[in-house]
Amino acid sequence: MKRLILAALLTLPLLVGCTKKENEILIGEYDSLTGSDATFGLSTNKGVRLAFEEINAAGGVKGKKLGLITLDDQGKNEEAASAVTRLITQNKVVAILGGVASGRSKAAAPIAQSNSVPFVSPASTNPDVTKAGDYVFRVCFIDPFQGFVMAKFSSENLKHKKVAILRDVKNDYSVGLADVFSAEFKKRGGEIVADSSYQAGDIDFKAQLTQIRSKNPDGIYVPGYYTEVGLIAQQARQLGIKAPLMGGDGWDSDKLSEIGKEAINGNYYSNHYTVESSDPAVTEFIKKFKAKYNETPDALAALGYDAARILAAAIERSPDLSGKAIRDELAKTKDFGGVTGKITLNENRDAVKSAVIIQVDGKNRKYISTISP
Amino acid sequence: MQDFIQHIINGISLGSIYALIALGYTMVYGILKMINFAHSDVYMVGAFAAYYVARFLGIENNPGFSTLITLLLFSMLSCAILGLAIERFAYRPLRKAPKLNILITAIGVSLFLEYGGQVVFGADPKVFPEVMKDFVLFNIADVELKSFDVTVLLVSLIAMLGLQFLIFKTKLGRAMRAVSANSSVASLLGVNPDRIITFTFIVGSALAGIGSVLVGMKYPKIDPLMGMMIGLKAFVAAVLGGIGNVGGAVLGALIMGLSEEMVVAYLSSTYRDALAFGILIVILIFKPAGLLGKYSVEKV
Repeated sequence: MKRLILAALLTLPLLVGCTKKENEILIGEYDSLTGSDATFGLSTNKGVRLAFEEINAAGGVKGKKLGLITLDDQGKNEEAASAVTRLITQNKVVAILGGVASGRSKAAAPIAQSNSVPFVSPASTNPDVTKAGDYVFRVCFIDPFQGFVMAKFSSENLKHKKVAILRDVKNDYSVGLADVFSAEFKKRGGEIVADSSYQAGDIDFKAQLTQIRSKNPDGIYVPGYYTEVGLIAQQARQLGIKAPLMGGDGWDSDKLSEIGKEAINGNYYSNHYTVESSDPAVTEFIKKFKAKYNETPDALAALGYDAARILAAAIERSPDLSGKAIRDELAKTKDFGGVTGKITLNENRDAVKSAVIIQVDGKNRKYISTISP
Repeated sequence: MQDFIQHIINGISLGSIYALIALGYTMVYGILKMINFAHSDVYMVGAFAAYYVARFLGIENNPGFSTLITLLLFSMLSCAILGLAIERFAYRPLRKAPKLNILITAIGVSLFLEYGGQVVFGADPKVFPEVMKDFVLFNIADVELKSFDVTVLLVSLIAMLGLQFLIFKTKLGRAMRAVSANSSVASLLGVNPDRIITFTFIVGSALAGIGSVLVGMKYPKIDPLMGMMIGLKAFVAAVLGGIGNVGGAVLGALIMGLSEEMVVAYLSSTYRDALAFGILIVILIFKPAGLLGKYSVEKV
């Protein structure tokens, strides 16, 4: 009897393995569902799931349903790489929707490239990500653009002359934004009075901030992630620094104001989209998202949604399900009406679109202006 | 000058938090000659205990003295119970096993708590309840002394003095010192080493509980991996001061906090940890047993 059960248990996985439905197109997704930037992955995943649900409800792609396999990378580069390997070799997915963090995309994308599986990153903004090869795409703008946008906003709209930078030195994304901001701001005649750094996971920033305070800057550029930015804002105000903080899309999370409390109010960041937009595509998306998850979608959810829809559209257009065919169609994406703007993929496989500047006001995100490339 | 004083205040405030955690490492080492790697995760659980208690009692938005005391007590209690359980179920069965086994078990318990915490509490950071308002207490040479820093300093000071009293003025403390010096001789003289070891874990863990509430108050972001870095630094502080020596742990932690702060202020923020740890290496080259540690020759 025991043997029988054992045998049954051993063969069970094989049977499960055989249940792969013929009328399903499998797409793989990996993201940080746990770890310090888990809200990024969870939001993206919600956007992707919403898109897939809609597409499947409308009849699917090529008459088949889209199937989604999501793996968790725990916020670690090596886990992202192994997740992609697993999706390709075990699950045999036709394409991969990548994660948010640039560092992880850099670890994962080359694997997709060498297996000729199309890879679409929803929100990795570091320029090097798509340099992994011609199978790697993204639907967001790249860091130089975000750094450029904030430098322009800071010097033109806020009339800043002296700005300090506080960057997360272990994070490719943060370093990328800070470098471009610095170069662009100087080009516009401004001065970078301090360029300090911290590391993700730090909780005390008073040393850096005290040093920045002594330089008396007009503004402080902090292109980090919301977890640290919330604490940085609080400690800056505790030290009596009145200058506004500025950042990038890494700020975009409800936790930002929960951690930063009132200290984070009045600060600016650049983002992919705003919920205050009157564009029907955006309002429709927000309505559907709220109905399904009972929360307001952040930019990462919107990008996940757009990435999934652009990929589905490319699969629909492509003659077969080979990696090459899907890749070629993805490359032809032009003026796709996404939630995060009109998306065109350029020759570097990066999206060309505008960015918005948002001001934090408690739970609200006030739309300030749109800055085009 | 204003900035210099501000840096000193920041450094001492940071150092006193390291000290509370370093004490737990050093106490356990003093008695058992083992490094309790799970200590920093006991600290993490303390922070979450305070978080959930505050929500349960509905005092997460009710800053004040009573909230601080309540959270401190609950956090100390939960840490003490956890410390007790870890000692009883993970370490005691290995009391006679080679040192390496206990060390590896400690790492295992640490990982268990970290990743178990991600499952139970969720991996995304939580916002610690507002324990007290941050306001300016007084000014020294244009530097504002804030209530947070003063509270951190006072609470840690009281805790450390209490510990000092416990170890040197009570019967229990004498028993602890006896077990630390030689546990088999102590047991011949009627001290039950198991009881004393359990007690040491309770006290050390309760101190971590205090640390967790103070950190939560000052840096209101808690997550299941929050113990990793602070634990490492506190451990190094304990080694720097002379592991096994209570006063040394406090001294080491203050040096650690101040050197981190000063490296960022006057050298480079990018190399903060490298330079801060570099200073420690230099100190340990000249004082291999730590600043206040006694270098003892292994008797064969």
